[in-house]
Amino acid sequence: MLKLTAFIAGLMFGLGLLLAGMANPGKVLAFLDVSKAWDPSLALVMLGAISVAAIPLNWARRHSRSLLNARMQLPVKSSLDVRLMGGSLVFGVGWGIAGICPGPAVALLLTWHWQVLIFFLAVVAGMYAFSFLESRHASRSEG
Amino acid sequence: MSIDWINFTPWSSLCGGALIGLAVSLFVLANGRIAGISGLLGGVLQFGSEGWSEKALFLFGLVISPLLWGAFTVLPEIEIDTEWPALILAGLLVGVGTRYGSGCTSGHGVCGISRRSPRSLLATACFMTSGFATVYVTRHILGA
Repeated sequence: MLKLTAFIAGLMFGLGLLLAGMANPGKVLAFLDVSKAWDPSLALVMLGAISVAAIPLNWARRHSRSLLNARMQLPVKSSLDVRLMGGSLVFGVGWGIAGICPGPAVALLLTWHWQVLIFFLAVVAGMYAFSFLESRHASRSEG
Repeated sequence: MSIDWINFTPWSSLCGGALIGLAVSLFVLANGRIAGISGLLGGVLQFGSEGWSEKALFLFGLVISPLLWGAFTVLPEIEIDTEWPALILAGLLVGVGTRYGSGCTSGHGVCGISRRSPRSLLATACFMTSGFATVYVTRHILGA
């Protein structure tokens, strides 16, 4: 059952991205470019998503099991640290260069744009680089 | 600054956003998980990690969503003008940055703000700021 709901949630997420116009990197960049005629659509996507998700996510904060009795796994960190800010700033630079964030990068894979494939493989490489650096850092601090 | 009324799509973006919100809600209410795509992808890349099949199935649903969409109507236009060296650089920055920053547009921007997480508010402010700044630099200073 958890597998089915995960699959349906992913499918809905993708259809939402497509309907919202956010699967189109050009439209994302039109939001991030305020110097000319500005397309504020992305702000409305976030408004729509947050309005719907706010009550369920706040319900989740107060419960330790999901409706299907799965363990509730919300992030527990609360520190406003350099990693969070530095990482997010770096992510924003990459997002601003191509107009693609991880969601659309995955959703567009089967639309067969070579640009998406290159971008996606670079994201995967970046994530593996992070894991490698983290494990090296961990083994150094242990030893 | 003026609004681009020709390309602005308030209703479809609001409805698409609401659908994303429903997806996020379903995932947390049923699976107890945050639908942050960078986090899910990072998890799936570690084979055999906790919750691997649920994360993989969410991403599988995301991957095939354009096929379902395409079965009923034409896919929206996809415009990507970025050259390949810039795409590689952008992808690397997104991959490394989202892992160090523990999230992206979905995990921090949608889920985090929805549950009023101060960390996610700060992260969203950071990537929005550098995103706006980067587009300004690449389009209007470097002229790329």
